[in-house]
Amino acid sequence: MTRRFFTHGMTRGGWVFLALLAAAGLLIPLLNLALPESHPLHMPTYAVTLSGKYLTYALLALALDLVWGYCGILSLGHAAFFALGGYAMGMYLMRQIGPRGVYGDPLLPDFMVFLDWQELPWYWLGFDLFPVALAMALVVPGVLAFVFGWFAFRARVGGVYLSIITQAMTYALLLAFFRNDMGFGGNNGLTDFKEILGFDLQSDATRAGLFAASALALGLAFVLCVAITSSRLGKVLIAVRDAESRTRFLGYRVEHYKLFVWTVSAMLAGLAGALYVPQVGIINPGEFAPANSIEAVIWVAIGGRGTLVGPILGAGLVNFAKSWFTAALPELWLFALGALFIAVTLFLPRGLVGSLPRLWAKATGTRSKAPPDARAKAPAAAE
Amino acid sequence: MYPPPPTLPRAALNACAAASALPAPKSSRGPMIRACLPPPAPAILALRALLLLALVLGASLAGNQARAGESPDLRAAIAALAKGSFAETEKRIAALTALGDARAVPALEALAGGDLYRRKADGAVFIVSGASGGYRLTDPLTLQDAGTAGRREVKKIRVNNRLRRAIRAALGALTLSASDPARRLAAAEAILKARDKEAVETLDRALARETVAEVAAALQAARAAAVLASDRSAEEKSAAINVLAARGDREAMAIVASIAATEDQALAGQATAALARMERSQALWDVARNIWYGLSLGSVLLLAAIGLAITFGVMGVINMAHGEMVMLGAYTAFMVQGLFGALVPGQIDYALVVALPAAFLVTGLVGIAIERGVIRFLHARPLETLLATWGVSLILQQGVRTLFGPTNREVGTPSFMSGAFELGQLTITYNRLWILVFSLALFAALIAAMKKTRFGLTIRAVTQNRRMAASMGIRTPLVDALTFGLGSGIAGIAGVALSQIDNVSPNLGQSYIIDSFMVVVFGGVGNLWGTLLGAMSLGIANKFLEPFAGAVLAKILVLVFLILFIQKRPRGLFALKGRAVEA
Repeated sequence: MTRRFFTHGMTRGGWVFLALLAAAGLLIPLLNLALPESHPLHMPTYAVTLSGKYLTYALLALALDLVWGYCGILSLGHAAFFALGGYAMGMYLMRQIGPRGVYGDPLLPDFMVFLDWQELPWYWLGFDLFPVALAMALVVPGVLAFVFGWFAFRARVGGVYLSIITQAMTYALLLAFFRNDMGFGGNNGLTDFKEILGFDLQSDATRAGLFAASALALGLAFVLCVAITSSRLGKVLIAVRDAESRTRFLGYRVEHYKLFVWTVSAMLAGLAGALYVPQVGIINPGEFAPANSIEAVIWVAIGGRGTLVGPILGAGLVNFAKSWFTAALPELWLFALGALFIAVTLFLPRGLVGSLPRLWAKATGTRSKAPPDARAKAPAAAE
Repeated sequence: MYPPPPTLPRAALNACAAASALPAPKSSRGPMIRACLPPPAPAILALRALLLLALVLGASLAGNQARAGESPDLRAAIAALAKGSFAETEKRIAALTALGDARAVPALEALAGGDLYRRKADGAVFIVSGASGGYRLTDPLTLQDAGTAGRREVKKIRVNNRLRRAIRAALGALTLSASDPARRLAAAEAILKARDKEAVETLDRALARETVAEVAAALQAARAAAVLASDRSAEEKSAAINVLAARGDREAMAIVASIAATEDQALAGQATAALARMERSQALWDVARNIWYGLSLGSVLLLAAIGLAITFGVMGVINMAHGEMVMLGAYTAFMVQGLFGALVPGQIDYALVVALPAAFLVTGLVGIAIERGVIRFLHARPLETLLATWGVSLILQQGVRTLFGPTNREVGTPSFMSGAFELGQLTITYNRLWILVFSLALFAALIAAMKKTRFGLTIRAVTQNRRMAASMGIRTPLVDALTFGLGSGIAGIAGVALSQIDNVSPNLGQSYIIDSFMVVVFGGVGNLWGTLLGAMSLGIANKFLEPFAGAVLAKILVLVFLILFIQKRPRGLFALKGRAVEA
């Protein structure tokens, strides 16, 4: 497995990406903290936080690529796992507020005092401990994905049907989290966080630290995904993607493979959500919106599914464009995003990373060292 | 009759509360609720209070009639109330009643409440409400503001208890003898709610005159309520309980329940038994009500999903822009209505009828453009049509937002769609009924088009076997474009109908897209009958869950049920049978 990882898994692009990520993870906090504000290379704190947010989006895109690019499962519900991870972290951050809330209750978060609750619901217990919260950020999405996948894959729900029921799942969770009686802050969600692990969330150093943590998490997740996809198991996954029935007839338990990769992907999405919440300072039911999941799918499609590096690039590019557009030309953003969706599906079915080597080869007239066909090929439709 | 409200503003508040408890979202366009909304100045409130009281009494003063013209007789009769002794005033009340004009109601109402004043300068009579530094005057006939007056300039017209009884009887007689049966009915219902023991004789007289069976029944019930409130004989009361038990609605139940709690053993026993019977029938009516609401919701789901049953169900395009087709249809209705208002004023009822083909054309053409421009390149990649059409939907949404602005647009309700009627104890609003009828008609038309026309035949041929159809000479690209156009056009027609019950905003489509997909998948992709059954059963299930679980939780439960159902039957209720392993 280790050898396969180095010979087949890590491409040159992968190493370059990891190197760049490591450099960014070290340099950006340094540029923010070590240089004085007047210095031309000084990185303002808001930019650090924004980049950190992009990294968590990239992690979500990576998770989605693992199931969609390598196993052909188009999930329209990954935002649900992301948001669940975010809520787990948000609950920890709420507990850290302690008596500093508006109502000053030592135990209950403000919204519970407001709703006149007398004691902490049982599912909030233990969330004052960081390890528990972090574990829950992985376990809750993981368990939900496992149960959901257990039923869906055994019943051989695939293709469009699976996409639609994942959408139904995130929509149901959206409605559920809007309810005040759920005990997650209802419409307003969880916000007004003060500190994480004793560090002030508003301070530059904490924000730089969170950015570095996001970079580290993304790097580790990338290595994990490369390891999974380059292993024998990864080969079976690609076989499932390209010819599910044939793989089944060859004797592989297709649903087990799908379930494994689906659960891992959901946990990665939960981790992304857990890193996202302390950086943006709020989590509310809006994160469950089906549109968010679809947007994540488009990051993957634009970057190039089945390439791992591509979705990370796609998430970064699209979100950077979104930040720029919504500031400069707010009314044009949806036009641009819509046109991007259409253009990418029509003209770049392999995405940027999947298509560029080929286009480059065409332009220079040389045979490219394009990735092997099986990986670059667009997943055969399940229908 | 009904208890004279102690102060007018409180009566206004009560009426507002009653009005806002009315069902049907579009009722917010009615005059009653609109009157409740703005922050009320005391005088205007009083004025509205009178308006509302008049409405409750069945004297529809809000319309033109109230301002139509001066009636010198009536004005003189009202002015005459200010003069003379109590005994003379009583005669004059009788004279006013004899005019039989319901416009006298506000003045009598104010007189009973002690709010009718005479201006010393000219002897004119006004309804008065207190304002800082003086009184605010309101004309008793037109109900227009008539300025203010100092405390010394006006004199209260005094009444005693005897006069108050006379006024009550007069008010009852005025409205109960109105020529319009609807007003008499409203008056009878108002008396029923008031449970006024003084009303028995008035009601007896009205019953003797009454010719309309429906009004007579309401009068009987009102009389029974009055008898039960009075100190009449046990036999009469026993008969009254039977009358109310036969009526059986919530109002009657409340009255009988109050009798069941009294100490009179025999009557209480009878009332308890009657109450049990009424509760049983009420439970049945509740079921019927849930079914009706469920069918109503189902028809909305059907409307939303029916176009998608073509584009997604038949063609296999995961059409995320479907909701935007519905939205475009609703905006077409808005545009057509605007044009109608400009070109043929006063015929606004027909705007909606014209909007239907217009919406079909507009959204159909947009659909064909989408098919030609985007979808035809994605035939082999159905999952990717999801992404491309999502892009289309974003562009359409933002386009409409740029053109029409982000706020809601109002599409007026034609007269044949407003109002409601009673079926037993069900209140059925016409707009919901029309939408149910319309959705079924649209469905029938679509089925007929698919099964009986040549175009439908070619659609089915192309979706079943594209290459074979092509080799038989069918122009498959054209059929693809037209099919998508048909699905989009039908979504547009649905949008016209949905503009009657939903806000017309750029986000209209978003709220329907998930439900639409659920309905189509639940019913079975590619099966139109499945879509019908899916929509109706999901609608009814939702409404039966709502009383127990609440609206949001009911929706969540339905979604969870759907997710589980898809595990059990991955191809929906009615799956197309076939041998393909992958399909």
